[in-house]
Amino acid sequence: MTGIPTGRLAVWWVLASEIVIFGGLLGAYIMHRIGHPEWEGQAIHTNVWAGGFNTFVLLSSSLSAVLAHQAAERGDGKSAARLLLLTAAGGATFLIVKAFEWTAEITSGFTIGSNLFWSFYYTAAGLHALHVLAGMVILLFVAATAAKNIELHRVENIGIYWHFVDIVWIFLFPLLYIAK
Amino acid sequence: MTGHAPDATRAPGFVRTYLWSTDHKTIGLQYMLTGMAMALIGAFAAYVFRMQAAFPGASVPLFGRVAAADYNYLVTMHGTIMIFWVAMPVLLAGFGNYLIPLMLGCDDMVFPRVNRLSYQIFFLSSVVLVASFFVPGGAFGGAWTAYPPLSANSAYSMTPFGSTLWLLAVALEFVAFLLGGINFITTTMNSRAPGMKMFDIPIIVWTIMIAAVLFMGSVGPLVAGAVMLLFDQVVGTGFYDPARGGDPVLWQHLFWFFGHPEVYVLLLPAMGIVAEVMVVFARKKLFAYRTIVYSAVATGIISFFVWAHHQFVAGIDPRMASLFSVTTLIISIPVAEMFFAYIATLYGGSIRFSTPMLWALAFVAEFLIGGVTGIFLGSAGSDIYFHDTYFVVAHFHYTFFPIAFLAAFAGITFWFPKMFGRMMNETWGKVHFWGTIIAFNICFIPLFITGTAGDHRRIFDYSMFAELATPEMQSLRILATRALLVTLAFQVVFVVNFVYSLFRGTVAEANPWKANTLEWLAPSPPPHGNFVTMPVVYRGPYEYSVPNRDEDYWPQHEPDEPADPDAPGARRPLQQPA
Repeated sequence: MTGIPTGRLAVWWVLASEIVIFGGLLGAYIMHRIGHPEWEGQAIHTNVWAGGFNTFVLLSSSLSAVLAHQAAERGDGKSAARLLLLTAAGGATFLIVKAFEWTAEITSGFTIGSNLFWSFYYTAAGLHALHVLAGMVILLFVAATAAKNIELHRVENIGIYWHFVDIVWIFLFPLLYIAK
Repeated sequence: MTGHAPDATRAPGFVRTYLWSTDHKTIGLQYMLTGMAMALIGAFAAYVFRMQAAFPGASVPLFGRVAAADYNYLVTMHGTIMIFWVAMPVLLAGFGNYLIPLMLGCDDMVFPRVNRLSYQIFFLSSVVLVASFFVPGGAFGGAWTAYPPLSANSAYSMTPFGSTLWLLAVALEFVAFLLGGINFITTTMNSRAPGMKMFDIPIIVWTIMIAAVLFMGSVGPLVAGAVMLLFDQVVGTGFYDPARGGDPVLWQHLFWFFGHPEVYVLLLPAMGIVAEVMVVFARKKLFAYRTIVYSAVATGIISFFVWAHHQFVAGIDPRMASLFSVTTLIISIPVAEMFFAYIATLYGGSIRFSTPMLWALAFVAEFLIGGVTGIFLGSAGSDIYFHDTYFVVAHFHYTFFPIAFLAAFAGITFWFPKMFGRMMNETWGKVHFWGTIIAFNICFIPLFITGTAGDHRRIFDYSMFAELATPEMQSLRILATRALLVTLAFQVVFVVNFVYSLFRGTVAEANPWKANTLEWLAPSPPPHGNFVTMPVVYRGPYEYSVPNRDEDYWPQHEPDEPADPDAPGARRPLQQPA
């Protein structure tokens, strides 16, 4: 009826519901941040280099997701699966860097309960990390079926989701790390 | 047509049919019956706290003496259950699941297994909520709106486990409805019968789909807010704690940004049910179909801009208050437009007062009282006086009781023959109707009066407030409680009629009401896969009493008669089903 394949349509609606979840959280953060200029003193302790590296990793993983989609369009399930695994590896790298980053921050005494800036920092980045993790699980599932050359339309669908996860990070990185 | 169950032709076993089904009809009925079971708990809670309000300190039969903490959690659970576990599952998920594929002429939802997951998560959420009654400290008692700091800190709420379980149950329920909503929307967009154009979709499918979009667009901030509240409760953050830089009003914003569209998430499906019932029993084309669709869309959009009218006394900027007063008054325009279209549908029709029609008409009449009293609460000036009084309680019960019960009863009595293949008893249906309607009004009109006199809604024992404990006020409270008991007693008539008709009712044919929409083409009850032959649609859903036709109805799936291809509402036959 719409001409859009049903699976892709559903992914777009999932994203619509996700946008408002992050929208609510980030909207609340921005309003607080405007009201608390002194949070600058907290934000200075975030690791911009680690965040920047993660941004680079996540953006690159989106590239391999696009290449996987291209391979799936050609009907080449095998290389689509390989590229999806590469994408998932990007997600894993992101989470590993994050784990080191958080460990350093927590041992320096900046925990989720320290003050409201860090509460927002861990809540927003944690919710995003959860999405990265979920995306990786789905990537592995889709890669498994794509390797058998079946259900290739799923490669595009998980790609759309992965780009969304990417874009959320594009908002989080400047808001939590760069804004000083 | 994509994504239907691969075993559509094979008859599944007992577990697959009733417990682990992917069939949209079973899932719809599961939602509906779970909702009706939860309604019993919600009604019992209302019975207990109303007895306490009318006869403070007396021992309530089947409960005992009501302590202050009991009163708090009963009020909280009544609100939570009736909105999230009765109105939502029955109206949106129950009717939505059951009707959407049937009315669109397809064999199932596009994602049947996602649909099953949706119900399973909903069932889990019900178990979590009911379990919260039995944890140390008891169920959450901070009102269904869960305002912090009361809800954020167990030192204030005194329900360390109850408040967290409440939050968890609500979050699970949101996940269930998000999954269901995606199914509703994609099915309606992609899986209609050949020939069914956008404006051939029955109004109830439109309204449920708009409701699903509204839910999806509004619940996100509350999900984020719920995560923050959860962290405040268990991790020790201070998002809503002013002492630590947080802001309790933030929760109110996030909650009502969802909470007010939620009213329309429930109202719209109810309006849809009423539209379907009215045309069938007025034997007349729905007046201004497109205007109703556009009004429903407009209502949905405007509902995102009214939320702060719940916060006029929360210390928001007065300039913002006047802005939200205006938007709140504006939203009554599209809603009123829909009601006028319904009334115009009745005008000149040949009305039959069958039970479903009585419920539908009562919905219009009673909801109007709720809508008109809402004007006083939407205007900041009068709301500052009325806020948190029984006037508010009476107002939203005049909106939610018609939505959750009058429209639901209209729908259940109307589609019962389709769902179970038997007719419900008309006489007992009418007894139930009149008993419920009269008693409901006697219950809530007194509360408008006590509210206007200043009766605060969250008082456990009025005898502690001399100016509210006057004999006149108390006699009104007792009248309301007695009427509530009568209302509840008449629901026994419904339950008995429901169960009796399930097994002993007159066997129903496929189309007992002579209606047009596609669900009446399927056998009663429809088998797995719904239709014997998949239908093709030739016209809109509301061609009743078309001139120059012998029958006063003209089903959507009937091809045009060759003799009269230019009849009003007729469409050229399709070349080939796509």
